[in-house]
Amino acid sequence: MKQLELEEAEIKIDKDAHIISLGLKKYFPIKLGFFRSLFTKEIPYVRAVDGVSFYIKRGEIFGLVGESGCGKTTTGRLLLRLIEPTSGKIYFNGIDLLALTEDKLRKMRKKMQIIFQDPYESLNPRMSIYDILAEPIEIQGLTESAEETLEKVKNALEDMDLVPPEQFLFRFPHEISGGQRQRVAIARAFIVNPEFIVADEPVSMLDASIRTEVLKLMLEMVKKVKVTFLFITHDIALARYMCSRIAVMYLGKIVEMGDVEKIIHDPAHPYTEALIAAVPVPDPTARRAEVVIKGEVPSPINPPPGCRFHPRCPYAKERCKKEEPQLVEISKGRYVACHFPIK
Amino acid sequence: MPKEEGLLRVEDLTVHYTTLIGDVKAAEDVFFILKEGQTLGLAGESGCGKTTTGLAILRLLPPNGKIVGGKVIFEGKDLTKIDHETFRREIRWKKISMIFQGAMNSLHPTKTVGDQIAEAIVIHENIDKKEALERAGKLLDLVGVGAERLDRYPHELSGGMKQRSVIAMALACNPRLIIADEPTTALDVIVQAQVMKVIKELQEKLKLSMIIISHDLSLIAETSSQVAIMYAGKIVEYGDVAAVYKESLHPYTEKLIGAFPSILGPKKELSTIHGFPPDLINPPPGCRFHPRCPYAKEKCKKETPVLKNIGKNHYVACHLY
Repeated sequence: MKQLELEEAEIKIDKDAHIISLGLKKYFPIKLGFFRSLFTKEIPYVRAVDGVSFYIKRGEIFGLVGESGCGKTTTGRLLLRLIEPTSGKIYFNGIDLLALTEDKLRKMRKKMQIIFQDPYESLNPRMSIYDILAEPIEIQGLTESAEETLEKVKNALEDMDLVPPEQFLFRFPHEISGGQRQRVAIARAFIVNPEFIVADEPVSMLDASIRTEVLKLMLEMVKKVKVTFLFITHDIALARYMCSRIAVMYLGKIVEMGDVEKIIHDPAHPYTEALIAAVPVPDPTARRAEVVIKGEVPSPINPPPGCRFHPRCPYAKERCKKEEPQLVEISKGRYVACHFPIK
Repeated sequence: MPKEEGLLRVEDLTVHYTTLIGDVKAAEDVFFILKEGQTLGLAGESGCGKTTTGLAILRLLPPNGKIVGGKVIFEGKDLTKIDHETFRREIRWKKISMIFQGAMNSLHPTKTVGDQIAEAIVIHENIDKKEALERAGKLLDLVGVGAERLDRYPHELSGGMKQRSVIAMALACNPRLIIADEPTTALDVIVQAQVMKVIKELQEKLKLSMIIISHDLSLIAETSSQVAIMYAGKIVEYGDVAAVYKESLHPYTEKLIGAFPSILGPKKELSTIHGFPPDLINPPPGCRFHPRCPYAKEKCKKETPVLKNIGKNHYVACHLY
């Protein structure tokens, strides 16, 4: 890791950082039709992720929270280099991930895994559960013999409370329920003993009664194998349950970052405040603050100038329309990108 | 069972879907009463029969779905006995309307929002298009979209605007009852809160009677006066929202409410329910929840519990009580 670069970063990097993202950007070009392309000088871009800096400590569960289109999924994929960033830096264990060649990257891949949102699409319908789980072991050459592979697959199923494993080995994804599928997808991510896992809305497709068990199994596994975990979710209440630190994203930028309990009890950014006020609570007697912000998320093609949240912000002043706020540390480990943070 | 009638009384409603491998018992002996001006939440997970119940009331079940028993009494008449043509002309949309799940994506893409709302009015009432458009404008004002958007096409509106337009459409013929099936599910939290605010304002202003169908117990807690919790096609608990949430009796209700993480108060452990919901072609005998219930006894495996009155307007179907 180049010391110089880290010192110049807008955030202070913890010495225990495992994954570091610095000024990460991803712009997707918009395809124009033939005629429009003749008359358009500049190709318009969707600024999905627009300069995101954060770090994840070794063995912690870090949450990326935000509404649809805020760039949280894109950020997750960038960290694994599943898509190439437009600019920025990613460090994994101190290694510059973007400088790696294809070959070296493939070797790194066994240390990084992903769990997708929809277990109906992420599992190959033509492969048995055994094949799904054995494939990554075989590709990475983690076992010596077929017996050893079988043993590993069985253990992985047991870890996910799919017992007895023999009952599941030779079934196909369509023969098991959605909750069981997602457990298989999680087992697949853990089976190669990764150091880092990105979980992209892993329980949003599951019903409430099934969801908690999956969450608890994930928490147990993270503790057991000491993996660094990125939990991407739209539900800040869920992030509170799972994560130790979170970053709240809005239109491709991090607006607030820090300890999850501190953020929830006193949010410093008006957007975070609104996001928390909007979450319904399962208590008919609870008195709630009213959601004051109006309108919907603007297009990331032409984000508003200055602070991207200013058109919807109830506290916006002149300065917010012109000057873009930087992510600054307001207390130890707590960052906010706002000219007038809530005290 | 209480004798009162209310605006809508659903009595032992049973709906089956015919499939090649047997009948799916999607809703069995569903019972609830909705009083004028109140909102009932129908809560439960996917496949518990909540949408089926809503569709059965409006007689909109798919071709393989059939009401095999029970009554739906609305304004003193049994809706299941009325023939289709009369139902279409007299009841549907005029007396009872529905906000469908994902309705914002079912707006006609090549018709303006105003035209689509006016169409519903012209079909059911004896007025000309100009007048209907005027009323459509007023409705759009009411839901916060604004009459100036009458001639917009759906693609020109944001998700929240579309969802509000669909709510305006449900209000078009001044119905006495609105059934809202997951009215905010596809929306982001902040937009969801905005739409819920509109619904709450309408409830107060127009004294709407509503049934809100949702998997999200938090949402029902904020909008309903009564709630019926469904599991595997049956109502397991029913009563005033405060009673059901604060003094839940059925093990399923208790666990389900505990499974939602909250943003308020100290961080809590979430409760888990072991296992998976049953297959409704061959539902388990006795209480349908018994294979997952931590308190299940021998009796639960054999005898089906019926809804019993426990205290004021609070019903539960469980052998523990």
